Amino acid sequence: MKRFLNHFFYVMSENPVTVFAFSLFILIILTALFGPWLAPYDPLATQAANALQPPSLQHWFGTDHLGRDVFSRVIVATRLDLGIALSAVALSFFIGSALGSAAGFWGGWTDRIIGRLSDTIMAFPLFVLAMGIVSALGNSVENIIYATAIINLPFYARVARAETNVRRNAGYVMAARLSGSSDLRILATQVFPNCLPPMMVQISLNMGWAILNAAGLSFIGLGVRPPDAEWGIMVAEGATYIVSGEWWLALFPGAALMLAVFCFNLIGDGLRDLVDPLRRT
Amino acid sequence: MTQPPFVSIEQLSVDFRTRNGIVRALDKVELSIKKGETLGIVGESGSGKSVTAYTLIGLLDAAGRVAGGSAMFDGMTMTGASESQLRDLRGREISMIFQNPRGALNPIRPVGKQIEDVLLRHARASRQNARAKAIEMLQQVRIVEPEKRYWSFPFELSGGMCQRVMIAIALACDPRLLIADEPTTGLDVTTQKATMDLIRDLTRERNMAVILITHDLGMAAAYADRIIVMQQGQVVETADVKTLFTRPAHDYTKKLIAASPGPYSELDDLTAVTNGPADAKRPRRVSAADPGQQAAAAANKFLLEVIDLVKEYPHRQKQGWQWPWSKPDDADSGFRAVDGISFQIKRGESLGLVGESGCGKSTTSSIIARLLDPTSGDIIFNGQNLTTFRADQFAHQPQRSLIQMVFQDPTESLNPRYTALDAIAEPLKRLKKITAATEIKQRVEKMADLVGLPQHLLTRFPHQLSGGQKARVGIARAIAVDPLLLILDEPTSALDVSVQAVVLQLLDQLKTELGMSYLFVSHDLNVVRLLCERVIVMNRGKIVEQGLADEVLRNPKQEYTRILVDSIPHFEPDNL
Repeated sequence: MKRFLNHFFYVMSENPVTVFAFSLFILIILTALFGPWLAPYDPLATQAANALQPPSLQHWFGTDHLGRDVFSRVIVATRLDLGIALSAVALSFFIGSALGSAAGFWGGWTDRIIGRLSDTIMAFPLFVLAMGIVSALGNSVENIIYATAIINLPFYARVARAETNVRRNAGYVMAARLSGSSDLRILATQVFPNCLPPMMVQISLNMGWAILNAAGLSFIGLGVRPPDAEWGIMVAEGATYIVSGEWWLALFPGAALMLAVFCFNLIGDGLRDLVDPLRRT
Repeated sequence: MTQPPFVSIEQLSVDFRTRNGIVRALDKVELSIKKGETLGIVGESGSGKSVTAYTLIGLLDAAGRVAGGSAMFDGMTMTGASESQLRDLRGREISMIFQNPRGALNPIRPVGKQIEDVLLRHARASRQNARAKAIEMLQQVRIVEPEKRYWSFPFELSGGMCQRVMIAIALACDPRLLIADEPTTGLDVTTQKATMDLIRDLTRERNMAVILITHDLGMAAAYADRIIVMQQGQVVETADVKTLFTRPAHDYTKKLIAASPGPYSELDDLTAVTNGPADAKRPRRVSAADPGQQAAAAANKFLLEVIDLVKEYPHRQKQGWQWPWSKPDDADSGFRAVDGISFQIKRGESLGLVGESGCGKSTTSSIIARLLDPTSGDIIFNGQNLTTFRADQFAHQPQRSLIQMVFQDPTESLNPRYTALDAIAEPLKRLKKITAATEIKQRVEKMADLVGLPQHLLTRFPHQLSGGQKARVGIARAIAVDPLLLILDEPTSALDVSVQAVVLQLLDQLKTELGMSYLFVSHDLNVVRLLCERVIVMNRGKIVEQGLADEVLRNPKQEYTRILVDSIPHFEPDNL
């Protein structure tokens, strides 16, 4: 553990961008955890008299068409958006990398079937799939998570397949075979951990993407439904008011969305350095 | 007034910035080269030989910095020159041949075009005659059918051919200095000899100066006029070839010379530092096993018996989906990597398996280690036929622990995420089913002692260990489960000579202590001879010659063996 901490601080000291990204990440996590307590107003409380107020000292980000505080809504929405993104990415990471490493390790028919499957998924538009799932299983947040996870599967499968494939005949894999390990054990304990560094980059890039997906899906009315606070919905609702000059409705949730995606894109390199043993000395 | 030397490096120091502070890679290096001279730079990995050459042509890594001194090329200071000046010099005046020819060539461009690029860049050819000149260069490096090869891509050429193309590119603009950085690592001995002869002939013709960077003293002796020996960034000795090998002045040089196995050296000599060449050789150690072992051997004659082993790889076209109208392959059944070989290993005996790359020696060893399934043939090990088990199920057989293997590349064969302790413990956990952490730790520590690995290194990751230490971890892992047969697949080819010497001695000592049998796979007959009583020479999947190691090495009966033996560069001080 001490070793890991030392390494963590070394990675941080090497790269100021990573420090920035990690601090932003921690900030977002804290906001997600403590959002409801941090928010100055109830995000769902309507106040018709106060509708469409521009940003002021009472309402930092202004109020929306129902008089709800935009600042509180942006903060509270963090948890929902992050939750959707995290669970979607986690799902597709576990399933995708398992399938991908199996394909890369055993090759042959396993590879062909899994490869064609992921090609098919890749060719399927997210929004069409999401609409299909929603119309079949009902409009709920979980179904949106499944849709996002399925769409992201092929990316993990491909990275895992490529990384496993170059390592399946490595010397240490042969050595493990001589040590009496079975294929499955070799894959799980020898090969897969060594594929993690590039996967980490994939995860962080994908997190940003997943947040955008969730927002995009709720923008068109799938998944999260009003009055729940969610960045995508807020942008969607605010969009109609931009023409009449109430820019803050769409701008602030949009900015929060951008900041989160930006943070995840930056954090990738730092994560890779953390899980790569070769970076340790 | 004396003319300034062609190339001179004076008091050159280079620093590298690393995580653990600044490391001095070169420390006041001095050297000079005359026109038309071949200078050999010899040293082990990390001694700064490549850094010297890279600094001279201004290709120092971004983390490196010239901390003092200067490098001059024909009156021009290279250490302070601007990038555009250097770019103009590289290729035209100074060119370089790299270690890995295939990696140094652009994989998606025909090789002829790549020669043209250099010619055009330095205005040595016009668009009209570039092609003719490129073909002429290919001809000069003795590539057969140059017009046809002009359109070849690097992946279509063998390693030796790629290196020839590299030489053609390097010499295309008639440079006056050629830097050859380990030009033959990764090539077979016979290819190595052809390549080096070619470099020597071409550079002599053009009166070029050559810097030959190598770790192989034998090669430096055969091809250099003068040699400098480097150790830890310092030049420890500069001398002409004859003086260096007959009267080495520095201890380190003596150590290096002793550690390079020649056709007559003994295992004990490798680490013994003698003053000058020892004329009286100690008698060869008794190779016959002691009476006790002989009795055991008589009771169960062969430990391993390989009978008519064949491994066939199907042709590539046969795999995968095909166009329905494409012609089926002609009748041939595929490529035979191993073509019906039979041999035996007695208990406690060491057998050498020698051959060039592609001769099937590694395939044979993988089959015997049961990592691969043979197409046909039998492997009788310890009285049981191992071919009855499939390779992917052999991991669960009780015989698994009895055949173990030490791999070629100690770095690549260790999982980068496992510490030395984890690596050695792995077979103990799986094969000996030991689960108690303390017992495993004890066993691992015992193994570490046995192979001479200091115990405080056990918590380190592979990249924190040196090449020799990694080799020791690999050996400890293999012998941890008390195997009867240890397959050594070129265990020292990735190691420096002095480390190789120590590892060979360690293997010899372990053999007598633990009574294992070795199957030693190597391309270097001189190394095999040190460790093995008997040797088998393989070529194209077949056994060409077999017999006692000394006998085969000194009086080869087959033409192929003779070429193989002759191609190994070695130095014989008396013949210089």
